[in-house]
Amino acid sequence: MQVIQTRQIVNQFGKFTAVDGVSFQVERGEFFGLLGPNGAGKTSVIRMIYGFSPITSGEMKVFGMDIRTDWRKIRLRLGVCQQDNTLDPDLTVEQNLQLFARYFEIKRKSAREHAEAQLEFFALTNKRNAKVVELSGGLARRLQLARALIAEPDLLILDEPTTGLDPQSRYQVWDRLFELKKRGLTMLLTTHYMNEAESLCDRLLIMDHGKIIAEGRPRHLIAEHAAESVIEIDGPDDELRDYIRERAIRNDDLGERMIIYTEANGELEHDIRKRFCVEACLFRAGNLEDVFLRLTGRELRE
Amino acid sequence: MSRVNLNTLSLRFRHVWFRNLITYRRIWRINFLVPLLEPAFYIVAFGLGFSGLIAGVSYAGMELEYTQFIAPALVATACMWNSFFETTYTSFVRMYYQKTYDGILATPLSLEEIIIAEIVWAATKAAAAVALMLTVLIPLNFVNFPGGLMCIPLAFLGGLAFGAIGMTFTGLIPSIDMFNLPIFLFITPMFLFSGTFFPLSGIPDWAQLITLFFPLYHLVELTRFFSLGAMESNMIFNLTYLVFFTIVFGYLALLTMKRRLIR
Repeated sequence: MQVIQTRQIVNQFGKFTAVDGVSFQVERGEFFGLLGPNGAGKTSVIRMIYGFSPITSGEMKVFGMDIRTDWRKIRLRLGVCQQDNTLDPDLTVEQNLQLFARYFEIKRKSAREHAEAQLEFFALTNKRNAKVVELSGGLARRLQLARALIAEPDLLILDEPTTGLDPQSRYQVWDRLFELKKRGLTMLLTTHYMNEAESLCDRLLIMDHGKIIAEGRPRHLIAEHAAESVIEIDGPDDELRDYIRERAIRNDDLGERMIIYTEANGELEHDIRKRFCVEACLFRAGNLEDVFLRLTGRELRE
Repeated sequence: MSRVNLNTLSLRFRHVWFRNLITYRRIWRINFLVPLLEPAFYIVAFGLGFSGLIAGVSYAGMELEYTQFIAPALVATACMWNSFFETTYTSFVRMYYQKTYDGILATPLSLEEIIIAEIVWAATKAAAAVALMLTVLIPLNFVNFPGGLMCIPLAFLGGLAFGAIGMTFTGLIPSIDMFNLPIFLFITPMFLFSGTFFPLSGIPDWAQLITLFFPLYHLVELTRFFSLGAMESNMIFNLTYLVFFTIVFGYLALLTMKRRLIR
């Protein structure tokens, strides 16, 4: 069954088009990624999924229901971990969870049980009486995740869940997300960390300027838009440039540095290594960051 | 796009109201103190300072001491300050800095329900403040008993009216500093000219006419009626105006907040 179905969705306010005809599907149990530079329209898509941003045109179905008419039924089965910290700073950790449960019509007694389960899952039990303002960034993010899961949703939406976290906290969040994935929870993630998307997502799409520019499994996208193997050469000379041009090898010439996309352990790789790698040369596997930068460009935005 | 949809209103708003109650209880002692001390300060100040200047006030056929005259007005203005501050500064902080509404909008609650909850909460807080004030004013004989207890539900109605207009300003104002403007241009003149510190019958007709538009005037009159047992205006008219004011600004609050938040 498809958890999210969108067909040509558009979100416009005033003259600005934040989302410009996007269509995609998310299957049950899938970990789906939504990538793109800032302002690409990721958060707008997410807000359309939970019925906050209006759908100017197109169709959006969640759990098979229309978000425009059945938004309340949909939100009852949805957990959203927003990009901003939207926790209640006036309340304790436990109160944050219990009060949030009530928004989902969970009765007081079972709200306590739900809160307890999440405190345990996110290792927050000994922080239950701490005020939110006293929490570190990592703890606050875990609490926000716990809160998103309070009503046992069928779909969890994660808008940049690890932005601003230290590596330890980030691994802890990943660890919990892997666990949820094992349990079969459907998740939708946006992130700026390409390694995060690569390791977590079954399938992803890359957006820019409100449109989809690529879609597929991480490995496929890397093979299609970058390469299995990448060589980075500092200070490329004309000889190298001629060599590359003659053989029509996929590359990005950044002036001071050249990125060459090849096949792992292929003849070309060996040849380049032998002939051009006198100084600084980096051999590595192709990754999603290559794909992202090739598709959305290397220039600064805004 | 951002039309107000009254169909999305349900009793679910009580959950947000409850959230505000829990937060209020956390700073319970401070919340407790202000309504108790405020009337005491005013009455001591006016009683000591003004008694030599003003012999008494004729109001609705009664001869009142000045402190007796202003005590019910202080109850009404406390109601105004409490609810207006709640839906301006406090709601703005929740909306803009704490992003509380953003969080709630990902749950099965509508923006309409959140806004109504904020206004109803402001009214609740105003009624609670008035109830506390009465515990001082009734024993001191400034407010009749038990008739004066009617000031509590009245404060709830007044709280809805001021909460609604406060929320409308929150929907319109670009930054939190700009609340000075409605306070300086609307609340302060109203505080001074609503028959609070002098009876309306003493000012020119044209000034009386303007005063009729101030919700606080109607609230002051009604509070005086329940506190002293007499009034100079028509109770039905006062009540109708407050209800009308609440409905108009309640709707405008929903409209401006929707415009502000939904895109």
